[in-house]
Amino acid sequence: MTAIAAIQVPPTRSIPLVREAGGALAIIVLGAIGYYLFPDDLAFLTRLIGISFLVLSLDLVTGYCGIATLGHAAQFGVAAYAAGIACVRGITDPIALLMIGTFAGTLMGLISGALITRFRGLPQLVLSIAVGQLIAALANKLSWLTGGSDGLSGITPGKVFGIYNFDMYSRTAYLFSLAVLVIVFVALSRFVRSPFGLLCRGIKDDDLRAKMIGVSVYPRLVLMYGVSGAVAGVGGALTAISTGVVGLDSVSFERSAEVLVMLVLGGAGHLWGALAGALIFQVFEHIVSAANPFHWMTLVGLLLILIVVFAPRGLIEPVLSLVARFTRKGRAS
Amino acid sequence: MRTVFSILIDAIAYGMVLFIISIGLSIMMGLMRVVNLAHGAFAMIGGYLASYAIRDLHVNYGIAILMAVIGTIIVSVPFEVLLYRRIYRKSDPLIQVLMTIGITFFIIGVVNFIFGPSLKSIPLPATLSGPLDIGFRSLPTHRLFVIACGIVTALALWLLIEKTEFGIKLRASVDHSGMADALGIRTEIIYAVTFALAIGLGAFGGVVGAEILPVEPFYALRYMVTFLVVVSVGGAGSILGALSASLLLGLADTTGKYLAPEFGEFFFYLTVICIVFLFPHGLFGRSHA
Repeated sequence: MTAIAAIQVPPTRSIPLVREAGGALAIIVLGAIGYYLFPDDLAFLTRLIGISFLVLSLDLVTGYCGIATLGHAAQFGVAAYAAGIACVRGITDPIALLMIGTFAGTLMGLISGALITRFRGLPQLVLSIAVGQLIAALANKLSWLTGGSDGLSGITPGKVFGIYNFDMYSRTAYLFSLAVLVIVFVALSRFVRSPFGLLCRGIKDDDLRAKMIGVSVYPRLVLMYGVSGAVAGVGGALTAISTGVVGLDSVSFERSAEVLVMLVLGGAGHLWGALAGALIFQVFEHIVSAANPFHWMTLVGLLLILIVVFAPRGLIEPVLSLVARFTRKGRAS
Repeated sequence: MRTVFSILIDAIAYGMVLFIISIGLSIMMGLMRVVNLAHGAFAMIGGYLASYAIRDLHVNYGIAILMAVIGTIIVSVPFEVLLYRRIYRKSDPLIQVLMTIGITFFIIGVVNFIFGPSLKSIPLPATLSGPLDIGFRSLPTHRLFVIACGIVTALALWLLIEKTEFGIKLRASVDHSGMADALGIRTEIIYAVTFALAIGLGAFGGVVGAEILPVEPFYALRYMVTFLVVVSVGGAGSILGALSASLLLGLADTTGKYLAPEFGEFFFYLTVICIVFLFPHGLFGRSHA
């Protein structure tokens, strides 16, 4: 753990935002590859980006604070519904919808954070599930507001900045989502290296010791949950805007479980791990699940068992240690 | 009055099914401290095996239950030896959650590959399918059968844990496994036997409860949360806790569905949040700090 924390802190003061610019550039390059190589699958790629926000958001609480949760789709779903309802009721500006989603996600994050982070272990897990299921039940039953099991449809957002229209090939939706992802990713990679982010890491490693040095743990965790809710909210709102429908699946238990699987597959505790997990999982799901959904479940199950047994820190770990060795060698010579 | 009575019978029968399935999980979580989300998957295997035995092998209901329980235990052995042993008493719930979710997905995929993805009915014998006249009112026989099964299971488990030597060793291992080990109790054997017992109870509950919780391709995922919630509300490792939690949650759920069908699940989870918030270790649980 200490080794990772040491890597996260830059040894000397460098030009601000240089490290983040590298990350942003990498995402843009990947996005451009997706845009030019798979022009027919842009709708799928847009959805992939939407879910990536949820995985990033889960990484903030699970990877950085060590909170085990199986109800994280609640933040995503509430934001998606909020954005969708606002759009149906007449607010069509995509940026405004994004703000509404972020706000709803933050609020939901603060509420569930206040409930969930009071406990550790089993009570925490069960509370997170119960909160998630409560939201799912509400979304199902308040059908005059949410459309119930038919889903909320008829979301037709206006033009981005009044210029770019949402087209049926999802070009605008894709580029818009990608741009938001770059901004959020840069902000988050600053955020997790801020004193607050490092403190959360400390709480995760040893909450008793954190208490001993005078940290009030509970408010920090709730705050982190709020930030995480905001990120999930961005994802939810983007998904609502780009797909035009919000279904019950966006708040379901399966969504929460899947996202946790993606995070662990990539590697919890690294933003890149979250992105890599989201990308790998969903691309494979897209391919295998189209053939036979049950083969997909067998495969995911097997993969998850193998990951937990042989690489509990995710696929990103070997890559990171390779990078670390490379940079150390470079600095020594 | 009639409504109250039928709510009560349905609620108790539902609660008993929850109890039979969850008590295995509760014992496992009390002793091995494993958050086993795959418990429902083993109940599902039991249901599929019983359905296969009755519909394709044409055996009688009692023998089918026996076959399902033994078959499921045999299937579970490799999982115990290869996977569960690694996560017994590990403190990190995240690892346990992930591994058991993986096992659940794997079992769902394989079971549906073998038996086909459709709803599996478990036909009841004639003696259990009709209504039973108890003088002033007639009741569905199957509901009464399920309630009887639940009571017998609770009593048998109580006798096993409180009155036998195995029970003494089990309680010693729950209280302090290191000390139990030092006193010459083979804890790994206790763990293995308890695992088999828990899985067997799960399979048994899956079969007799099939009328109330139908056996379908995503059974393991659909009820995963319900079973975990029962254990968490009751307190891990407590028979009385699991029984009262099952009946309480069965009542909350059934009443909600009868009286306010559009908000059934909502009341269920609201009850859960309140109870877990007030009693983080369950109604009858102890903290394992």
